[in-house]
Amino acid sequence: MPLSGLDIYKLLPKTNCRRCGLSTCLAFAMQLAKKTMSADKCPFISEQTKKLLEEQSQPAIRTLILGEGKDRFEAGGETVMFRHEEKFRNPCGIGFVIEDSLSDEEIASRVKKINSLKFERVGQVLDVNMVAVRQNSDQKRFVRATEIVMDSTGLPVVLMGSSPASLRQAASAASERKPLLYCATKDNFTQIASIAKDFRLPVVVSAPSLDELSYVTKELVSLGVDALLLDTGRKPLSEKIWDATQIRRQALKKANRALGYPEFVMAENDDPYEEAAEAAVHITKYASVIILKGIQSWEALSVLTLRQNIYTDPQKPLQIEPRLYPVGEAGENSPVLVTTNFSLTYYTVLGEVEASKIPSYIISVDTEGMSVLTAWAAEKFTAQAISDSLENSGIKKMIKHKNLIIPGYVAVLSGELEEKSGFKVIVGPKEAAGISSFLKNLN
Amino acid sequence: MEIEEILEKWSGGVYSVSIGACAEDGGSRKNTVRIGGQKSLPLLFKEGDIPNRPVIAFEIWDIPPQDWPEGLVSSYGKAPEDPLIWAQMCVKDFGARLLCLRLQGAHPDCGDKSPEECARFVSSLLEKVSVPLIIIGSGDDAKDNLVMPACSEAAKSERCLLGCATQENYKTLAASALADGHSIIAESPIDINIAKQLNILISDMGFALDRIVINPTIGALGYGLEYAYSIMERGRIAALSGDKTLSSPFICFTGQESWKAKEAKGGDKQGVIWEIITASSLIQAGADILVMRHPEAAKRVFGHISVLFGGNNSDH
Ligand code: SF4
Repeated sequence: MPLSGLDIYKLLPKTNCRRCGLSTCLAFAMQLAKKTMSADKCPFISEQTKKLLEEQSQPAIRTLILGEGKDRFEAGGETVMFRHEEKFRNPCGIGFVIEDSLSDEEIASRVKKINSLKFERVGQVLDVNMVAVRQNSDQKRFVRATEIVMDSTGLPVVLMGSSPASLRQAASAASERKPLLYCATKDNFTQIASIAKDFRLPVVVSAPSLDELSYVTKELVSLGVDALLLDTGRKPLSEKIWDATQIRRQALKKANRALGYPEFVMAENDDPYEEAAEAAVHITKYASVIILKGIQSWEALSVLTLRQNIYTDPQKPLQIEPRLYPVGEAGENSPVLVTTNFSLTYYTVLGEVEASKIPSYIISVDTEGMSVLTAWAAEKFTAQAISDSLENSGIKKMIKHKNLIIPGYVAVLSGELEEKSGFKVIVGPKEAAGISSFLKNLN
Repeated sequence: MEIEEILEKWSGGVYSVSIGACAEDGGSRKNTVRIGGQKSLPLLFKEGDIPNRPVIAFEIWDIPPQDWPEGLVSSYGKAPEDPLIWAQMCVKDFGARLLCLRLQGAHPDCGDKSPEECARFVSSLLEKVSVPLIIIGSGDDAKDNLVMPACSEAAKSERCLLGCATQENYKTLAASALADGHSIIAESPIDINIAKQLNILISDMGFALDRIVINPTIGALGYGLEYAYSIMERGRIAALSGDKTLSSPFICFTGQESWKAKEAKGGDKQGVIWEIITASSLIQAGADILVMRHPEAAKRVFGHISVLFGGNNSDH
């Protein structure tokens, strides 16, 4: 819980000496609570209070940068329990585990496959984020496997060593890539801390209970290591949900610093369907990094699409630039379709037009990212707006005909639109799925 | 330094709705399905009672399915050619405890079956299978207003769940459902205020709130799923905070939406996983009934629910 103005007032000298520039200590406290002034303005404020206020100004959940170079990514920094309260900020990292017991070639080919997991959806590139190397045998093999992985990918690496000594070796070999160390426990944290400090690396802290987790994070912070992620280990799924919910609540509602770190989840499962379903749980419920096993494209695409959905800003639907889009070798006799500039609508229409193999023009009207029906209800997708878009798009000079296909849901606009635009309106299907056959049967 | 867990204290809860009537309740079903009743957000067992698991309803049609991808239809072999055999297959081979019948054949574009024909189909379905039924119309308002009353009567006292009532068209369906002892699905277009308004309108007709199930209208994974996800979370929080007009369980047509997705048509596994992820993510938002299409996806989601709730439960 953030400190209120009154909470802060109680910590001030209460002398109303005005040295801060305000007439009372209370007024100053209010400004501090709003973070519009800095504590330094009061010369009499105690060191202890200053430190407390400083902590206050830090985000409740740390944001960490994982990896180095162009594939690095940010994890954590979340500010809400539910996406509708504002938004989820940093899309959770999706990574894949690689066993060091595989042969060199198997490792390289697996990494190659992981590198290839890139998809484009609604104008965004969806890609995966991490590779976790797990030690199964001796130190030498672990280091070798780490080196092969590093040679094969620029993705951030997680080192899952079975002992601090192995971790140190691998960390030393991989240090310039800023690997994530897995993991510090109540028994080994001093050794892990020294590796983390020597190479300046982030660390996953693993403990089965929140008490133990916060004990270890506090110890690590006092040792000077504070780039941490939290893992509560293998447990039944509902307990993982409970842990993740508690960790986020502790951080956001109680400003519990010891738990104010992003969450790390190992969600491996041999069955790709089950694994994806569990990943879905962790994506919706608070994980910042999820490590999986399945590298098939169809599994990765579904997991990454869910992440894209959940991390979309609810206030800012994905939009495309409102303009004229030629599809294929569109010419002067090609059909013209009008739709909104909501990415999902546009790309769905685009997909269907492409599937029809009939070169066409799509005009996207600026509906502020609303879908057809919503935009129509909000009066953003009106006869006037469509008519203006036709005018501004320059379509009139590019075609010989005057036919315009509109979405079936806004058939009611036909009359007014014909009047305003001078185009002949053809009412298209309600659902985009019907567009392809509609275009084919147009003539 | 023991950490004190932060527990939400909710004053409200979700109504518990029962589907299907056995002999002692005047029906002929062999099992009933109970949904809702939660006093907590999904899966937070320590915070309040969660008496029922989400359930899966297999979607069947009264005619062979149209516009279903080939791989989806063939997952039932030749059964969909005869909807009654298809229905029995869902129950016998795939362990369905709940069926969702869509009267697509009544649609003017899909056969335009008469109300009497539809009612007869419902009667034979009730004879052939003994699980509870959800019955939804063809999507053509005018036609559904003729068909649904006939089907409602044909299933009198079986305590079906009938749908879908909308803000523009709810009176006929609500009156029939009320007269014949059924519950009702209230559909709103991803809009929490309309959901609330419609529940009020329907309850004003004399419907008990514990006989309404909300269809929040979902989008599939990649097709607006997040809108429904957040509407459902908001609705559930409102319910738990004591808003009785939003305290109905949710029904999600995950099969219908998932198989429309371009990705779902891109390969069998891609389609199955698309439906699984659509369903499993909506469970996290509070889905109570998942109406599903692919038997493999249904099986996987059933397994996932068992993992979430611990152990197997033959009741579902
Ligand atoms: S300078 Fe400090 S003590 Fe003086 S009025 Fe401001 S807050 Fe109070």
